[in-house]
Amino acid sequence: MASVFAYAPAPESRSIVDIAPSYGLFIDGEFTDAADGKVFKTVSPSSEEVLSEIAQAGEADVDRAVKAARKAFEKWSALPGSERAKYLFRIARIVQERSRELAVLETLDNGKPIKETRDADLPLVAAHFFYYAGWADKLDHAGYGPNPAPLGVAGQVIPWNFPLLMLAWKIAPALATGNTVVLKPAETTPLSALFFADICRQAGLPKGVVNILPGYGDAGAALVAHPDVNKVAFTGSTAVGKEIARTVAGTRKKVTLELGGKGANIVFDDAPIDQAVEGIVNGIFFNQGQVCCAGSRLLVQESIHDELLDSLKRRLSTLRLGDPLDKNTDIGAINSEEQLSRITSLVERGEAEGAERWSPACDLPESGYWFAPTLFTNVTQAHTVARDEIFGPVLSVLTFRTPDEAVAKANNTPYGLSAGIWTEKGSRILAVANKLRAGVVWSNTFNKFDPTSPFGGYKESGFGREGGRHGLEAYLDV
Amino acid sequence: MSERLTVLKTYKLYVGGKFPRSESGRVYEVTDSKGNWLANAPLSSRKDARDAVVAARKAVGGWSGATAYNRGQVLYRVAEMLEGRRAQFVHEVADAEGLSKSKAAEQVDATIDRWVWYAGWTDKIAQVVGGGNPVAGPFFNLSSPEPTGVVAVLAPQKSSFLGLVSVLAPVIATGNTAVVVASENAPLPALSLAEVLATSDVPGGVVNILSGRTAEIATPLAAHQDVNAIDLAGADEVLAKELEIAAADNLKRVLRPQPVDDWSAAPGTDRMTAFLETKTVWHPTGSLGASGSAY
Repeated sequence: MASVFAYAPAPESRSIVDIAPSYGLFIDGEFTDAADGKVFKTVSPSSEEVLSEIAQAGEADVDRAVKAARKAFEKWSALPGSERAKYLFRIARIVQERSRELAVLETLDNGKPIKETRDADLPLVAAHFFYYAGWADKLDHAGYGPNPAPLGVAGQVIPWNFPLLMLAWKIAPALATGNTVVLKPAETTPLSALFFADICRQAGLPKGVVNILPGYGDAGAALVAHPDVNKVAFTGSTAVGKEIARTVAGTRKKVTLELGGKGANIVFDDAPIDQAVEGIVNGIFFNQGQVCCAGSRLLVQESIHDELLDSLKRRLSTLRLGDPLDKNTDIGAINSEEQLSRITSLVERGEAEGAERWSPACDLPESGYWFAPTLFTNVTQAHTVARDEIFGPVLSVLTFRTPDEAVAKANNTPYGLSAGIWTEKGSRILAVANKLRAGVVWSNTFNKFDPTSPFGGYKESGFGREGGRHGLEAYLDV
Repeated sequence: MSERLTVLKTYKLYVGGKFPRSESGRVYEVTDSKGNWLANAPLSSRKDARDAVVAARKAVGGWSGATAYNRGQVLYRVAEMLEGRRAQFVHEVADAEGLSKSKAAEQVDATIDRWVWYAGWTDKIAQVVGGGNPVAGPFFNLSSPEPTGVVAVLAPQKSSFLGLVSVLAPVIATGNTAVVVASENAPLPALSLAEVLATSDVPGGVVNILSGRTAEIATPLAAHQDVNAIDLAGADEVLAKELEIAAADNLKRVLRPQPVDDWSAAPGTDRMTAFLETKTVWHPTGSLGASGSAY
């Protein structure tokens, strides 16, 4: 990125994190090899450097972990809530103490900018444990009747886009409500979950309450299907979510699914343009667009289309793409080669279908997986780039004339996770927000998260809510 | 003088506020618990199910957009109409379930009271399950429940009236519209309920009632891409599993069959919340100055 104002490199030191050459599965409080001895490598997406070799969980390991969790459930669920609360408060504190280390680790393993792991992921991780810690001894007051009971063993499968944050979203409410956990992190980002195992050790958490099984989809499928799992929680693709819904059919397993999205970010002609541009950038380029609730469809009122696009393009030209450990980096690496090729093929399809592609002048590093921030204009609702979740830094721009048309276009998707509204008019915000079929609506802001606030989708974006009082329901027998 | 010959009723479906026969032209024999013929009920087809979904979808906007107060008024009106037809329903429930007049009367009374109970929920559920969240930052946000849309309801097989209302009322109280599959062997109280709904200010399409073979009608409903949720109360274990698998195709909200010993037991809010979505709306908050006051 050639610029008059070149930035000096400002790299965060990676010496704060000590990554072992190999890690085992974390079952019943111990690190252990996989039953069949299989291992896989986890690489840094920004450099393709191998970070560590990880034991790969298989069906036998899933069974062992579920047994450990079942055994631990008896004592853990019988603990007074006030004691469980203290464990969770301890975990929250240790996360805070080690947050710099974990931020660097997450950036190395995931490829996202240190700015984001440091300022968004880690503070939210700690906040989730703090929030749910406080619920552990107050469940009688949560609105689910007196003495709501935990479900038992929770099988949890999480994605690679926010590895530690998704772990926190899953584990904190599960433990607070008295369940025990077997969690499978994604195969490309297992490290922070394994470091979390060490945090559980430091916190003195009883053995077997949390079990971590790095592995691939087969391990996730085995966990979901395991007959002794009482609760399934999944965050990931809609296709896998549907498969999970089929797997648990006819069982008593409780399920929550947090799936894909194709969020509409609606900008009206009276919107504060500068703030809207920031919101649009944050909505689709945060975490390289690898966010289920990303605002990947920009709906602009026709009368301000050109003005807004000019501002947006100017702003995109100032984004800095490169070393995720550099504190000035805005856009890091795409999580994996596989994801990069998925983004690339969808973008090529967008071009082939006649949408107009634009990216700022942007040099991509030699090694690693990179994709320049990309805009599509001349997009219609029928275009693939307006319909399919791309899960990358790619924004499709559509226009509308009336609020009704904006709502109709925003809702014209099988997904229903998030939406944005930009306008100065309060009554318009409320009217439009009412009509949008989405679980989270950000007005004059975007991509805001908080442990007190329920998050989750309508339609094919899944069911159940995470966060807030609502998030407890998924782990209680109600 | 010869005894007067009674006038029999032709039972029909209730779809989109109208009373059509099954498009298939089929009927099936409905008998009382002793096997005596009561009526020929419509044997609904897949096409009837799809038509009912179309009607239910059309009604979603108006019904979910009505004020909660208005929905409560309409539901209470239904209870008023039910009370007026109490004798008719006692008769039908007694025949359908093989109950004595007094037992059937208990069922009908409980049913009417249940309907009144749900009528009172329309403008309270949002306060009970929604609320403001104390966000750590300069934001205001609010979580509110919203209806999920069109709900397919497989009415309980045994409890032809109390069970039926116990699964239908919570669905529409919260602003959803319903396609109900009546009890297969005892559909007549459900079909008569349609007459009450039609004369109670319930907009056409909000409730649609089909009779016939539960499995035959439920299968296309579970697979229907424009159905948002399904209540499997009236499905047996094998059918429920099959339908749940079909429902995964568009990630319908599924309420699995719950073991219910006694429909007259006090219902909780679960049957309402099962078909609600939670929407959280965020907005930045401004600042009026360091003193904490604008004045």
